[in-house]
Amino acid sequence: MRLVTAWLAGLVFGCGLILSGMASPAKVLGFLDIAGAWDPSLALVMAGAIAVGLVAFAWAARRPVTLLGDAMALPAVRRIDRRLVGGSLLFGVGWGLAGFCPGPALVALGMGLPKAAVFVVAMLAGMGVFELLERRRGR
Amino acid sequence: MTIDWQAFTPWASLAGGALIGGAAALLVLFNGRIAGISGVLGGLLRPARGDVGWRVAFLAGLIAAPVLVAVFARVPEVRIDASGALLVLAGLLVGVGTRYGAGCTSGHGVCGLSRLSPRSLVATLTFMAAGFGTVFVLRHAAVL
Repeated sequence: MRLVTAWLAGLVFGCGLILSGMASPAKVLGFLDIAGAWDPSLALVMAGAIAVGLVAFAWAARRPVTLLGDAMALPAVRRIDRRLVGGSLLFGVGWGLAGFCPGPALVALGMGLPKAAVFVVAMLAGMGVFELLERRRGR
Repeated sequence: MTIDWQAFTPWASLAGGALIGGAAALLVLFNGRIAGISGVLGGLLRPARGDVGWRVAFLAGLIAAPVLVAVFARVPEVRIDASGALLVLAGLLVGVGTRYGAGCTSGHGVCGLSRLSPRSLVATLTFMAAGFGTVFVLRHAAVL
């Protein structure tokens, strides 16, 4: 059951990305280009998602367990530090370079686009670099 | 600032956004997890017992979405203009950055802002600013 709900959530998430137009890097870059011909669509995607999310997360925050009776595993970190800001900066630069963030890249991979595969492999390598650096730091 | 009315898709984007919010709702209410793509994917590189299945299931659903959409509707065009080298550089930055920053557009931008998390607000403002700045330099500053 837990696998089914997780799979459904992924499926609905992907459908939302496609319907909203955000699976296309060209459209995302149209939003990020405020000095050019600006496409505000991404702001409405965020607005639609957060409108639903506000209700859902407010409900979830009041529940000690999930609807299936498991413990909630929500982030408890509240620190705002150099890691958070530095990481987000690097991510934003990468996002602006190609117009891909992780979700749309995986959806485009599902469309069988070779360029999306190149991006996803590089992204996994980047995540792997992070794991290696963290393990070295932890020793 | 000029708005590109030709490209602007308010209703489809609002509806798609609502679906994304609905997906995040499903995952938090049934699995107790944040639908942050970089976190779901990155967690697989640090596999822990009982923590792998839901991640694989979620990602499998995400990757299968284009197939489902194609059954009911015409899948909107996906255009990737970046060259291979640029995609590699961008992918590396997105991979490292989202892990150090502990989230991306979905984890911080959608879920974190929905949870009214100050940490996610700082992250979202930071990567948005970096995204705007990068595109500005690439398209409008003739320095490169």
